[in-house]
Formats: sequence, C-alpha cells, structure tokens
Amino acid sequence: MAPVATPFFFYLLSLLTLGSAFLVITRRNPVHSALALILGLLAQAGLYLMLYAPFVAGVQIILYAGGIMVLFLFVIMLVNLERAQREEQFNKQWLVGILAACALGALFVFVFWKGSGLFPTSLEPMAEASNTQQVAELLYGPYMFAFEIASLLLLVAMIGAVVMAKKRI
Amino acid sequence: MNITQFILVAVVKIVLAIWLLLTAVAYTVWLERKLVGHIQNRWGPTRVGPFGLLQPLADGMKFIFKEDLTPPHVNKPLYIAAPMISLVFALTSIALIPVGGWVRVAGVNTPLEITEVNMGLLIILGITSLGVYGVALAGWSSNSKYSLLGGLRASAQMVSYEVALGLSLVGVLILAGSFNLREIVDAQSGTFWGVIPRWYIFRWPPQIVGFLIYLTAAYAETNRLPFDLPEAETELVAGYHTEYSSMKFAMFFMAEYANMITVACLASLLFLGGWHGPVAGPAIVRAVLPVFWFGLRVFGFLFLYIWVRGTLPRFRYDQLMAFGWKFLLPLAIANVIVTALIVALRS
Repeated sequence: MAPVATPFFFYLLSLLTLGSAFLVITRRNPVHSALALILGLLAQAGLYLMLYAPFVAGVQIILYAGGIMVLFLFVIMLVNLERAQREEQFNKQWLVGILAACALGALFVFVFWKGSGLFPTSLEPMAEASNTQQVAELLYGPYMFAFEIASLLLLVAMIGAVVMAKKRI
Repeated sequence: MNITQFILVAVVKIVLAIWLLLTAVAYTVWLERKLVGHIQNRWGPTRVGPFGLLQPLADGMKFIFKEDLTPPHVNKPLYIAAPMISLVFALTSIALIPVGGWVRVAGVNTPLEITEVNMGLLIILGITSLGVYGVALAGWSSNSKYSLLGGLRASAQMVSYEVALGLSLVGVLILAGSFNLREIVDAQSGTFWGVIPRWYIFRWPPQIVGFLIYLTAAYAETNRLPFDLPEAETELVAGYHTEYSSMKFAMFFMAEYANMITVACLASLLFLGGWHGPVAGPAIVRAVLPVFWFGLRVFGFLFLYIWVRGTLPRFRYDQLMAFGWKFLLPLAIANVIVTALIVALRS
C-alpha cells in the first residue's frame, strides 16, 4: 500500500519531537521531564519509520524508550524531589549554553544552505522485509571497525561504572 | 478492496479482538481461582452460576460500583495515567498477533489478525517494553513507600529480564530469517517422517533451550509467581497498586492477565508452530480448526502459569537478580552463539 499523507505525519512527528524536547528542559519536575523525553524518543521512532527504517525504529523503541529511559526514571524516582526542587540551581552556565546552541544552530543552517545536494528530496521505498539484513551487512561489513570501537567504549563505560560503584572488587 | 471495506473490516476485527481478549482475561482469572483452589484443596468460586462461571461478571460489577478513592498525597495526573498506560500497552500488542491463516468472509480476504506488519515481533517487543512505565509510574505517583518499592522492583526486574527474553528469541529469528510472525509460523508447517511436527523446538539446532529461557523470563516480565516481587504481599502490602482501588486497580489486574495471554500467544507462535495441527473435514471445520489448535496451545500455557503459581514459592529479590543476570543471560547468549554457528557451518 502506498504511503498516505506523509507531509502531515512528518510535521506532526517533528512537532511532537520538538515540543517534547522543549518540555524536557522547561519542566521543573524531573519525572515530567523524563516522560517528555520518552514521548520525544517515540516520535523519533515514528520519523525513522517514515524513512523506511523499521528496524532502527523498533530498536529505538525497545532500547531507548523501553530500556534506557526506564533506568533514568528509576534513578529519578529515588531522588527526594521536593527538596531537590526547592534548592537553587547551582549550575550557572546559561551563557556558555546559549553560545554553544547558537553555534550548533548556525552550523545546521550553514549545512542546509550550502549542502542542499547532500539531502535526497525524495526517498525510494525500500523492501521492508530485508531492512534488518541491510543494517547487519553494513554494520559487519564496511563499518565493522566503528561498530567494534563503539562496543569497546560501552564496555569501558560499564567497567568504569562498576569500579566506581563497588568499594571492594 | 476499497477504502470503505478496509475500514469496516478493520473495525470489525478490532472490536472482535478486544472483546475476545477481555473475555479471555476474565475467564483466565476464573480459571486461576478455580485451579489454585483445587491445588490448595478448596473449591474456588462456586456460588455465581454453574461452577462459578458467572463469577467474572460479578467481579466486574463489584469493581465498577466500588468507591474510587484517590488518596490526597498522590501526584494526581500520573496517578490517573499509570493504570491507563498499563492497560493500553497490554491491549495494543494483541493487534499484531495472528491467530490463524487467511479467511474469506463475504468476498473479502483478510488475515486473522488486526494488522499484518513485517516487523511484527519487533513491534510487539517494543510495546511490551513500554508497559513497564505504567507500573513504575504507579509506584512513584502513589507517594507511599510500599508503592515506590514495588515500582522500583518492577522496573529493575522487567528491564533485567527483557534482555534474556529478547535474546532467547534470536535463535528462532536466525532459523526463520524474518520478523514477520506469519512467516515464522508458516516455516513450521509439516512434519518430520509424518510424526514429529516441524516446530522450532524440534528443529536442528533445537530451540528448546531458547524456549525454556523465554518461558522463565516471561514469568518475570508479567510479574507472576515465582517472580511477583513487585507485589509481594508479605513485604510490600500490594506493591505498586497498594494505593489503587476500584476500576483503577482492575485496570492493572486486566493488564497483567492480558500480558500473560500475549506472552502465551508469542510462545505458541514462535516455538510451538502457531496454529499448525491436523486439519480434516468439511471446509468450515478446516477454517476453524487452526484457530482451535492455537487456542489450545495458549490455554496450555495459561494452565502452566497457574500451575506454577500454585506450586513454587516466591524468590528472594537478590536471588531473582542473580538468576536473571548470571544464569539466564549467559545461557541465552550461549544459545544464540551455538545456533548461529550451526546455521553458519551448515550453509
């Protein structure tokens, strides 16, 4: 079946992503921020689906929305929120933050302006059934090295966390 | 098929599937009370209707007419949203589960599931992994220590066992080469030498280890005994739903049983050949028999659930975590490696 109303869904999902990202940084209650982040991740999964990448969308939901964010929420639930909300924010880096955000935004605009040929204007529908296989062939073929380095980095982070959390090993 | 027909068929299938699922949920509760009653040398429900068969109806009425109490100390929006999240995700996953082949009704060919998706299995796993938020948020928003402990236990337990659960399915996925549940089931049709069905637990390499890991992890995923730590009555009153009453409590209850049914459906589809079985007789019987075989398998799993609940004592929390991470997960990884090696060497 041919896709229907793609512009509508694209704008809807983009709006959801941006709106929830905005909520993440403006809510004072961290649990609400985390929930907004979950919504944003789900909307992103929708965008992946629209790019004919169902495997990436599924993994995004299972790993990010259903796995990592549960652990986020787990940690936040252990914090005494009422006291944390009354405390003044000690991290006064808004100037650096604004500068960094502006620089990144300028970079995006520049790439969009100059590199218009980089982005395909329309996408060829790919065979949905072989998507997983294509991802696997890319990961274990040309991008093998990057893939292994990423897994090594994760292993280092894991060992680091264990070392820091355990007093005696 | 034109658009009106498409919508009509979809609506009919959705209503039918939800109705079937909720009825199955109600009667699984009845079955559990009856079976556990007999296991413990009691009668179980006997008063409402013959064999207590109308008991689910009475329970439902009671839930609706009970006072819906919202304690003053809760975080109200999330307290109300939590049971909804639980139930919605529990009911959504049924949309992708096929219960039989294609049927032809009034000139329209349609598969026996609400919608057929190529990534069906992946999406079901995604939806079930989101269901944990209902439990976690219920625990947090209730603002009471028992609920919070229950919610924390639930989220830790479900995230831990999800890993083993996901990996236990990889063996079947390697053999089937597809995420499409219908293709996976169709690959299991027929028999070896006319006797042994070509189910994935009997194939070479046999997925019996994966099947047992899946079954064990599924008990933890659905918070059933012996892994029902999130609602351990002896220590946590009722865990994450301590502060809930009336229909909100019933929604958690329904979500738990709906999840049990989904997990049982997946186990039958992936490991036990779905709806395949001996089919004979006139056309109408041929159409209905596969659905019956599928229902029989699901019933078998539900029976096993209840049997285990009536037999095994509850684990301790550290035992649960150690079991999941130090035994199930390595075993699941070993299963994946062995299966992949055999398949690679054979091809």
